Amino acid sequence: MSFQPAMEMGKANLEIFCETLIGLAQANKNVLAVTSDSRGSGKLMPFAQALPDQIVEVGIAEQNLVGVAAGLASAGKIVYAVSPGSFLTARSLEQIKNDVCYSDQPVKLIGISSGVSYGALGSTHHSIHDIAVLRAIHNCTIVVPADNLETAEAIKAAAAMTHPVFIRFGKRALPHLHQPGTPFAVGKSIQVCDGSDIAFIATGEAVVQATLAAQALEQSGVSARVISMHTIKPLDMDAVLKAAKECKAIATVEEHSVMGGLGEACAAYLIQAGVSVPFKIVGFPDEDTVTGSQLEIFNHYGICQQGLVQTALTLLKT
Amino acid sequence: MTDIELKRKSIEYRMALLKYIKLANAGHTGGSLSCVDILNVLYNRVLNVTPDNFADPLRDRYVQSKGHSVEALYVVLADKGFFPISDLETLCQFQSPYVGHPTRKIKGIEQNTGALGHGLAFSAGVALAGKKDQADYRVFTLLGDGELAEGSNWESMLTAAHYGLDNLTAIVDRNKLQISGSTEDVCALENLAAKFEAFGWVVRSADGHDLPALGDILNSTPFEPGKPSVVIANTTKGKGVSFMENVTKWHHGVPSDEQYEQAMTELQARLMEVDA
Repeated sequence: MSFQPAMEMGKANLEIFCETLIGLAQANKNVLAVTSDSRGSGKLMPFAQALPDQIVEVGIAEQNLVGVAAGLASAGKIVYAVSPGSFLTARSLEQIKNDVCYSDQPVKLIGISSGVSYGALGSTHHSIHDIAVLRAIHNCTIVVPADNLETAEAIKAAAAMTHPVFIRFGKRALPHLHQPGTPFAVGKSIQVCDGSDIAFIATGEAVVQATLAAQALEQSGVSARVISMHTIKPLDMDAVLKAAKECKAIATVEEHSVMGGLGEACAAYLIQAGVSVPFKIVGFPDEDTVTGSQLEIFNHYGICQQGLVQTALTLLKT
Repeated sequence: MTDIELKRKSIEYRMALLKYIKLANAGHTGGSLSCVDILNVLYNRVLNVTPDNFADPLRDRYVQSKGHSVEALYVVLADKGFFPISDLETLCQFQSPYVGHPTRKIKGIEQNTGALGHGLAFSAGVALAGKKDQADYRVFTLLGDGELAEGSNWESMLTAAHYGLDNLTAIVDRNKLQISGSTEDVCALENLAAKFEAFGWVVRSADGHDLPALGDILNSTPFEPGKPSVVIANTTKGKGVSFMENVTKWHHGVPSDEQYEQAMTELQARLMEVDA
């Protein structure tokens, strides 16, 4: 392993989002947060207190949230529409499709507590479909940051984006994966560590799990590469192709359904590029998702150190 | 523009929209005929919107939430110089930008609409931005009456009242028909004025085909400072063509050659009456 990730504990990406947004909004009064009674769950209370004129509350009305955000953006505002990923990308999917993406209004759609962050609350509150549905909508960049640095950089990058973007993250404190100053660019993945036996192409809060697995595999003499594929659309195809050519197998890892997410995006690209490599998509299977804490659900479905070690060893035997 | 000239425009717009619907063999005829007088008044009496100022952040905004009546909007925008009317010969043709619902690919159109229940939220957002910027532009949005069954409208009504968006005016094209029949049979809307009032809006009712009166009402917004305004424009679906008026099937009916000739004959006669 050429680079040892820091892995010191950081904050929840949700908190980093709020801190970063306050900084952006203090520097530019056109930066607005639009919320659907989600300022509490979005950790936006400090934002609301510091910048009351820059928060727009629409109540529990996600369709309205996205439509109003599109109107504000069309009038020159830099708009972050904030709502739990589960509701934002399902209840208001038509508004995302038409008012934002089809109309090309540069709204920053922020899916908070995404994936199974609300794991114990049941499938109403899980967003494990969001990447799949938004991948199929034209003109929507999809970013799933893995740690605090990626989150802060993605939120800052979004401010300058002139087209729609969806950024989703969870609410649990995460370790730092990257050293301060690590370059971040939307559409360009970050290699957390290098290796040549197995490549874990992971995204979001699953990247930590892949990194832990890589560390364990190293103890067994298995060399693992970990790629933080923070941007799922557009996909960093060069990094995927490079991994397929330089490693013996690929496992994709995501806090999402195995259908339509990062794994299928990588698989579709590789097969159409004529590249064949032992390949496994690790995510949530098409079943009634179990409930519990985020980490309990991760463990159940093998999105964890032990599960990913096993996945890697199985793939390398084929 | 004089009242007579305004009246003439309405007839010419009707003739043009029928021409291009006939040519395209597609379109939402009944609704375009019911709302074209409203669009005439907006673009010729009310809105500060021209091809020259369309990029100006301080322009007034018009958002057509009932996007299916785009043919009426196209002919009015063409008349105002946003594009040559001959462009509409490609309406609904393969790869034409003039599709069957508004898109921003066409100069003069603010927002892509067509799925119902979207225009009011967008308009509220534009109006709220105006308030935050202390800009004095106004935002007008045209809602279909059948469209009001979409719950998203009522979410946006709450927001507009909550933020006191008196720079926002909704106009309901109250033609009382939708694709399956009477709005009252499909999913009753009445008492519509009371419903808007209960949501914090100030309501005026108007004859949606009385051009000068409609102009006066729309130019008197806000009806009350601090509150959003709504005009319930009582209209006739298919207005101006005798056999299309109040007939549900003309929602998206395309006239046959004979029907088209008859419609044009009727409208030509109206034009001669006005000129006389």
